[in-house]
Amino acid sequence: MSTVATSQIKLTPEHARPRASVRSRLQDALPKIVLAPSFAITIVFVYGFILWTIYLSFTNSKTFPSYVLTGSRAYQRLWGWTFDTDPPSSWYTSITNMGIFGFLYIFICLALGLFLAILLDQKIRGEGVLRPIYLYPMALSFIVTGVAWKWFLDPGLGLEQTLHQWGWTSFHFDWIKNKDFVIYTVVIAGVWQASGFIMAMFLAGLRGIDGEIMKAAQIDGATTFQLYRRIVIPLLRPIFLSAFIVLAHLAIKSYDLVVALTSGGPGGSAWLPSNFMYEYTFKRNEMAVGSASAVIMLMTIVAIIVPYLYSELREKPR
Amino acid sequence: MSAVTTPARQASGGVNVKVINRIVIYGLLALFALFYLMPLFVMLVTSFKTMDEIQNGNMLALPRAPTFDPWLKAWGETCVGLTCAGIKGYFWNSIKMVVPAVLISTMLGALNGYVLTKWRFRGATLVFGLMLFACFIPFQSVLLPMATILGSLGRFGVTLQNATGTSFGLGNPTVNLVFVHVVYGIGFTTLFFRNYYEAFPTELVKAAQVDGASFFQIFRRIMLPNSMPIFVVTVIYQFTNIWNDFLFASAYAGTGDAMPMTVALNNVVNTSTGVVEYNVNMAAAMIAALPTLLVYVLAGRYFVRGLMAGAVKG
Repeated sequence: MSTVATSQIKLTPEHARPRASVRSRLQDALPKIVLAPSFAITIVFVYGFILWTIYLSFTNSKTFPSYVLTGSRAYQRLWGWTFDTDPPSSWYTSITNMGIFGFLYIFICLALGLFLAILLDQKIRGEGVLRPIYLYPMALSFIVTGVAWKWFLDPGLGLEQTLHQWGWTSFHFDWIKNKDFVIYTVVIAGVWQASGFIMAMFLAGLRGIDGEIMKAAQIDGATTFQLYRRIVIPLLRPIFLSAFIVLAHLAIKSYDLVVALTSGGPGGSAWLPSNFMYEYTFKRNEMAVGSASAVIMLMTIVAIIVPYLYSELREKPR
Repeated sequence: MSAVTTPARQASGGVNVKVINRIVIYGLLALFALFYLMPLFVMLVTSFKTMDEIQNGNMLALPRAPTFDPWLKAWGETCVGLTCAGIKGYFWNSIKMVVPAVLISTMLGALNGYVLTKWRFRGATLVFGLMLFACFIPFQSVLLPMATILGSLGRFGVTLQNATGTSFGLGNPTVNLVFVHVVYGIGFTTLFFRNYYEAFPTELVKAAQVDGASFFQIFRRIMLPNSMPIFVVTVIYQFTNIWNDFLFASAYAGTGDAMPMTVALNNVVNTSTGVVEYNVNMAAAMIAALPTLLVYVLAGRYFVRGLMAGAVKG
């Protein structure tokens, strides 16, 4: 068979070779041609647009973009506002809230997620029912979550009212209307939404741990607490890292939740930098300041994500 | 010495401790289940109550006389801004936006993942890294340029409309949103498919190549038939993300008839005129949540499994 095939090819060398080489060159390039549009789109609409935003942050754009560079005035204003604490500037409120929200949201989600995963990993009957109950909030839009929690936390309608009816009349819970505490309601709703997913990540990690190690430790007389503290949790380190990355970027991106839950809170007291950016760009006609705040958000993400991606992608060079 | 005493101790006290332990564990698990279910429960029961019952009754009580009216009102009559035709139009807006955006971004992701794993070339990792980073950017950093570009495309669309009678979809808010979601979704879809195809045996692809199968033949005959699990994951992920998006929707289709469901819901809920009809608000929120909840209930298991495969592997 093969001899026949080769002799046939040899019969028509002049015709076959150039055609085959064009086709094979096309065939070689085809994978790159297929990938090219997606890559080009990413370069233009992600990296190009980021550069564009950075450029705008150095102009004095107001309602409409202006392309005359005017230096770092927008950043200077943000920098000035950073120390404007009395009364707190919107920017000061936004970054303080980001700190409070980011820390509590990440910390509570990790702790609660790990705790629930360990509980669920104790050969629980009905795990198949419980897991989806913990997880379903992740499927909901932040707007829906916000609507539900806004109602639940409203002093006149929700929890406070219910407990009053049940006889606990001194109960007082009005965080959602209180400018000093409203950000904590965002934490509650945010944790409610994401902690189940973090639980699922930890559960997958726990299921991946070699049972032999656990058994050996138990034979050596380790208590359950020691077992988890000394062996299981250290083994879950990569999952802590992945979960942290997921949570950190969700936290910095959070925008909808604040809008739906608090409408920005009394006097903008629930703003995060994302809300600051949106309001200054589209409502207060301070496009340059909005862009500068977006650049600062981006830089924060870069500082967290890039080292992570670098180490992840470098590990398997092929 | 201790080896002799431990079994005895376990036999006497161990059983009780074990029972108490189990009770505590189940108790805690049940408590947290209540925490996660509470808001959905409150939303659901409130949406079946009359306004009268809401104002005088208990938030947690079941509706005394369940009524379906709030749902009908939310669907067909409630006011979104100044238009009082319910949220049904916006629901369809979302569907019209989600379906093409999900299909296009998933297909592109599958092709990209296939190229990046089975047709590796120099710089493939860098290309992937750049596309992957795009998943993590705060969208605020691209919001304004995109608004500018979409604005110019819209004006160009009007010119086209005047010249040729059709704008080819330019300036149509739904088309814009499909485009935006595809652009900022391919990072995720590529990530999913790339991780999945990484584990797919390259020998099969090599063998097919030797047999003379072309790039697309291999993709269609070998990769696609084996990609069902990752397609499920990607489609669910994209569907939930795009359906739930609020930032792009409010920035590029925040007013008018083309707004998607999330923006419409936010408008319904935050309307300050007249009496706030909580039952209608809750029904509207339930309607907005139903598609993703349904998808999650039907196929959530695969979703979690796949997401974890991607996330845990890193």
